[in-house]
Amino acid sequence: MAALLDVKGLKAGYGPLEVVYDLDFTVEEGGVTALLGANGAGKTTILRALCGMIRREGSILFQGHDISRLSTEEIVRRGIAHVPDGRGTFTGLTVSENLTLGAYVRRDKHAVADDLAQVFLLFPRLKERLLQQAGTLSGGEQQMLAIGRALMLRPRLLLLDEPSFGLAPLVVKDIFATLRQINAQGKVSLLIVEQNARAALDLADQAVLIETGRLALAGPASLVSANDAVRRAYLGY
Amino acid sequence: MTAFLNQCFSGLAMGGIFAILALSLVMIYQATALLNFAQGEMAMASTYLAWLLIQHGVPYWLAFILTVILSFGAGVLIERVIIRRFARAPVLTVVIVFIALVFIIDSVVGWIFGYQLQEFPSPFPNHNWFNNPLVSSHQSGILLVTLVVMSAVWAFFRFTPLGLAMRAAAQNPASSRLVGIRVGWMLALGWGLAASIGAIAGMLAAPLVYLDPSMMSSLLLYGFAGAVLGGINNPWGAVLGGLIVGVSVNLVGAYLVGTQLQLLVALTMIIAVLLFRPSGLFGHTIVTRV
Repeated sequence: MAALLDVKGLKAGYGPLEVVYDLDFTVEEGGVTALLGANGAGKTTILRALCGMIRREGSILFQGHDISRLSTEEIVRRGIAHVPDGRGTFTGLTVSENLTLGAYVRRDKHAVADDLAQVFLLFPRLKERLLQQAGTLSGGEQQMLAIGRALMLRPRLLLLDEPSFGLAPLVVKDIFATLRQINAQGKVSLLIVEQNARAALDLADQAVLIETGRLALAGPASLVSANDAVRRAYLGY
Repeated sequence: MTAFLNQCFSGLAMGGIFAILALSLVMIYQATALLNFAQGEMAMASTYLAWLLIQHGVPYWLAFILTVILSFGAGVLIERVIIRRFARAPVLTVVIVFIALVFIIDSVVGWIFGYQLQEFPSPFPNHNWFNNPLVSSHQSGILLVTLVVMSAVWAFFRFTPLGLAMRAAAQNPASSRLVGIRVGWMLALGWGLAASIGAIAGMLAAPLVYLDPSMMSSLLLYGFAGAVLGGINNPWGAVLGGLIVGVSVNLVGAYLVGTQLQLLVALTMIIAVLLFRPSGLFGHTIVTRV
């Protein structure tokens, strides 16, 4: 089976600063790939590079087409949704407006309405807060909103940047359970960047370990989590 | 009493023009945090276009609509061709570009049409509506148009997907790109809208102040005062600010300092607001939780 996302020789950085060197990895159709690594390893940079938010080189094949030269807006139109670092909430707009914006590029009105209902099923809290200004939501609710907004695109691939960041353990558990559901139901593939390696490895089928911008280890999640070095450094036992 | 009410209404009518100008300033300010100093000259050029059309026998309202549409195009073009190149430039550079635009538009229009005053027609009848003694039909017409422009702009931003996308792009460009909004085009549309709205202000003002290349220079200052007074990040505040400036400048001019010093009143208001309430009367602070 061909990979949904096939990255080869990815280099990326900010201005003259090189952060990611020569990276290869894939996300399978319907699969979950976890990108793990310490602070500053370049995980967020990789997601930004995939979305064309920063300078990048190498080949990025999505559904067999090279997207490495497309603008962010075009990449989104191909079906890649990104829940960015810091959640990217439109804090001055209402919850409802945030969700509407998630489907901005879609023209299939009925399907959009269906997806909105689906998002409310996944996150009933959002329905209660529909007309509230998004900036006044709690951290967990904002994360739900960010994921809900991304789902409104009906993406093929969902990029998640630290969905557990700043959230209480119980909320993290909820969010990851929902992500599993999204992956299982919606045929959405996930590429997930996490500091919380245990939660991410639990969810993922493939794992990629990054150290200072280079690939350190890659393979099935079960094998990576069984690796002694990974266990000591990232899982803490 | 009649004289006083008269002053109030004519102030309100001028205030309507300031309000529309303030609204056009806010359009660009919200998206870029920059004050377009060339807004007045753009409006003046649009008004000349309307005048030219009317001179060639185009009926007033058709000329009005054509001017609004063509000004929109010109606004988009100015953003795409000139302003866009300075998107990453320091604020001061952009300000200098704006000032250059002021002089360029001013001299091009002067070169084409000359600097003599021209009469500009009002679409409203000469006699006062309903035989009221207080307010001329042009003045009530201005207020009517102000109301229509305001409602149209409000409805556009509140109810259309494009309006929502423009608000999103102004607030959070990075996230907007991630939902597929073409942020660069949203800025261009903002310029187009500002140019259209400014053109309306110009066409309403021209019957009162006569048409000449410098007709908008002091009006823009009043519009600026209105925007600052109401809160430059709030379109409705800016509109209300424009109306307040119109009435108070007119009353203070009529009863206290004389018409010569009216502009001074507006400038004093700008300074006072910036000193004591920099966000303006209705400028809102966005509540965030971290």
